[in-house]
Amino acid sequence: MTATAEPEVGKARRRKEDARLITGATRWTDNLQLTGMLHMAVLRSPVAHARITSIDVTEAVKMPGVLVALTGQDLAAEQGSLPCAWPITEDMLAPPAPSLAVDQVNFAGEAVALVVARSAAEAHDALAAIDVDYEDLPVVLDLDRAVEDDADLVHPDLGTNKSATWVFDSAEAGTGSDVDQAIADAEVVVERTFRQQRLIPAFMEPRSVVVDPSPGSVTMWSSTQVPHILRWMLSAVLGIPEQQIRVIAPDVGGGFGGKLQVTPEEVLTLLVARRLGKPVKWTESRTESMLSAHHGRDQVQRITISARRDGTVTGLKVDLLADMGAYLRLVSPGVPILGAFMFNAIYKFPAYRFTCTNVFTNKVPTDAYRGAGRPEATFAIERIMDELAAELGVDPLELREQNWIRHEEFPFTTVAGLTYDSGNYEAATARAKELFGYDALRAEQVERRANGDPVQLGVGISTYTEMCGLAPSRVLGALRYAAGGWEHAAIRMLPTGKVELITGTSPHGQGHVTAWSQIVADRLGVAFEDVEVLHGDTRVSHRGMDSYGSRSLAVGGVAVVLAADKVLAKARTVAAHLMEVAEDDVEFTAGTFSVRGTSTTMALGDVVVAAHVAHNLPDGVEPGLDAEATFDPENFSYPHGTHLCATEVDTETGAVKIRSYVCVDDVGKVVNPLIVEGQVHGGLAQGIAQALYEEAVHDEYGTLTTATLADYLLPSAVDLPHFTTDRTETPATSNPLGVKGVGEAGTIASTPAVVNSIVDAVRHMGVSEVEMPCTPMRVWKAIHGRGDGVPTTPGAGGGLGSIDARGGAE
Amino acid sequence: MRISVTVDGVEYRDDVEPRTLLVHYLRERLGKTGTVVGCDTSNCGACTVHLDGHSVKSCAVLAVQANDREVTTIEGIARDGQLHPVQEAFHQNHALQCGFCTPGMIMQAIDLLADNPDPDEDEVRHGLEGNLCRCTGYQNIVRAVRDAAQKMSPGSGPEAERVDETAVVDRAPMHAGGGE
Repeated sequence: MTATAEPEVGKARRRKEDARLITGATRWTDNLQLTGMLHMAVLRSPVAHARITSIDVTEAVKMPGVLVALTGQDLAAEQGSLPCAWPITEDMLAPPAPSLAVDQVNFAGEAVALVVARSAAEAHDALAAIDVDYEDLPVVLDLDRAVEDDADLVHPDLGTNKSATWVFDSAEAGTGSDVDQAIADAEVVVERTFRQQRLIPAFMEPRSVVVDPSPGSVTMWSSTQVPHILRWMLSAVLGIPEQQIRVIAPDVGGGFGGKLQVTPEEVLTLLVARRLGKPVKWTESRTESMLSAHHGRDQVQRITISARRDGTVTGLKVDLLADMGAYLRLVSPGVPILGAFMFNAIYKFPAYRFTCTNVFTNKVPTDAYRGAGRPEATFAIERIMDELAAELGVDPLELREQNWIRHEEFPFTTVAGLTYDSGNYEAATARAKELFGYDALRAEQVERRANGDPVQLGVGISTYTEMCGLAPSRVLGALRYAAGGWEHAAIRMLPTGKVELITGTSPHGQGHVTAWSQIVADRLGVAFEDVEVLHGDTRVSHRGMDSYGSRSLAVGGVAVVLAADKVLAKARTVAAHLMEVAEDDVEFTAGTFSVRGTSTTMALGDVVVAAHVAHNLPDGVEPGLDAEATFDPENFSYPHGTHLCATEVDTETGAVKIRSYVCVDDVGKVVNPLIVEGQVHGGLAQGIAQALYEEAVHDEYGTLTTATLADYLLPSAVDLPHFTTDRTETPATSNPLGVKGVGEAGTIASTPAVVNSIVDAVRHMGVSEVEMPCTPMRVWKAIHGRGDGVPTTPGAGGGLGSIDARGGAE
Repeated sequence: MRISVTVDGVEYRDDVEPRTLLVHYLRERLGKTGTVVGCDTSNCGACTVHLDGHSVKSCAVLAVQANDREVTTIEGIARDGQLHPVQEAFHQNHALQCGFCTPGMIMQAIDLLADNPDPDEDEVRHGLEGNLCRCTGYQNIVRAVRDAAQKMSPGSGPEAERVDETAVVDRAPMHAGGGE
């Protein structure tokens, strides 16, 4: 066992994970081949809302290689209803959610039949031979329309399209005053309606499931973020004893919340594998993924902000409609509710009211997507702060500064009832302004306006915070979430001095193996290379709450620390016994126990062996040094930062070019700066993509017209700028690592920075809003005041400037 | 149909259905699962391999089109236990997170550097335009490719990290019939 000289935590370690990923030696679920394995293919509804009047699989089962073709009727008795773990209100309405539609389809892409064949190609061929008759029902797509009294209904049995309404009122909660009074008394009131378009998580690895049944047990490999939750839910939905289910998440190619789900296909693969007694694999195509894996965002946000003429904000009222799609999936209803605590952001609002109505439509269900509720909230508050600044005629950065929580005011309890433990918005902003050249860009902006330059310059600001480290279990309980928010870690001290760390987090690109190794190496004084991190298999990692919500380090990483501390506590007892001194006289540094004031030492490795062979242990001490710990945080963590975006907007074409993007994030202490920077980059890419490129578009019949990567505009390397990133550091006080979480920061912060920048560039031309994604067409229309008669929805490929907007519009 | 194809230096003879895509032949018949499928429309580039020394999206090539030709995948570019400089650069520059796009990205980057041994940032971004990554925001990928270019340039870096031009030429006719 080697002692490490310099601290591992904080070091830019290259990732252990890379070795197999750069050589193609990966274990994606779809790579698995089991003896006798069969393949499942799923037939999906082409229509958004219809009664199924008949399904005929007779011809399909005659096709070559086909073993079975099944419909919802065939599985109705055993498939149960897909779980929703977050009933946000007592009276929330939730329709049954079959994995395979039985008599009605509620979104285009919903599974209606399946085929199992000897090869994937044969299974897909046979889908074409299935004959389904649909009787069309009226399609519900528009959120505003869906909540009207005479609206057509997605689920007529529920009698309404409203699933639930959730309210937070600071006057009722005792965390602030009455917002309606604040608005009535205000010197300035600004109201805006923002639209959070629907997005598709679009992880690069399509989902895949392999199920290997055997009598009395079943093993499922799935491309999932949540193997532990999946196992629990499969047991609950299907009535299979949980101890007989093993779930393995092997290498998982991205998730971004999109694989935080219990999917119809996981249930169906399990059911058919069990029925046939053979291993079965299902792997989706990209189009299937976009048509059936859950989507994200999709809200209409009505925001009212009130202020005094001097710029002091006095109230914030938020009224949301959130599109659930056709069903409530695992945490669908709770996603917009996570935003309830974030609309007030870093500002000292005395009064706040949040109301959210969750609404059913005939679209793909929505659920978690990177940020989950918090990007939506941050967008709205950061956009309306700019609108308020414009109304008051002040610099938007100065308005923010006037109203944000000053660094000496922490800990600060907000109007939403959260207590922010630490932060320094001044420091992050000062650094960002310096890197950005804020004053010079403002000067250039003035010049371009004065010259009537056809290309105008805009500066966009986002001073965000977020709540990470989901979550204190008692808070989740208060929000009616069905599970806890703790995380677990176990350490096995092997007799050769090597260490196995078992974590309940389930990485899918984040680099936990590397970061957790660094934490263990530091804590135990072992070599980074001597730590093996095990995860993602419920037989190995038996306790865990998995990875989402920027929780892995802030909760799971802390569990690792606590487990290591338990190892050391026991090792100290054993070492004191072996060195024949009192425990209080034993010190531990860099992997070695020493007796205070003497030259007597004992390496941890020797203590491990002694504890393992157990020849000479103190009375009552069990052999071995293995330990485990579960950490349940007391509070969320609150990363924050300042993002500045400069865009050049071509007023003649509507084309937007990001000229510079600077972000200074404060994510607390950093375990691995290389990984942190990578998370920021990726987060920025997704947030910028929401502002400029991505939108899940449905036609009037409810067909998703952006169901390929040719139509859904995932940015390529050419579409994104170079990012200038830096960090400030105020440690979190809520955990011993001082960490806050970084997975979602970039996505949460960047979207409003980009849109604010675009609006800022052309505000003097009468523009106060551009709907996302800010395609050249939309920007051009906003500048030239063109509304009706010009389509707002870009066609395939039409959003990136392939249409001559001027010619097309005239 | 009967095909004969050399993959990562090994010759295979197989009967394949005419409709079999090269990527499915590589993954399912040969077990070359390092090459992956990310979409159905040839947009994502995750399946990029080299066919006679040039990058192709193996989801857009039929297996029968590889008859009598040479395919190189991500599994065939390390030599004698030594990573290819582009692989090493991806590791050193943290140019991957989930790693699903990485094999295709690396194969495309190698092709890009063969055409342009010293690309600037813009040229790298355009050279990788057909390969999508959802994790990294591309910045570290761009950095890695430019870093690899430096390491691969004549006279730079240790001998072991250099690409052996003659070995590559010997293994595959670089400019014979590419793209057909």
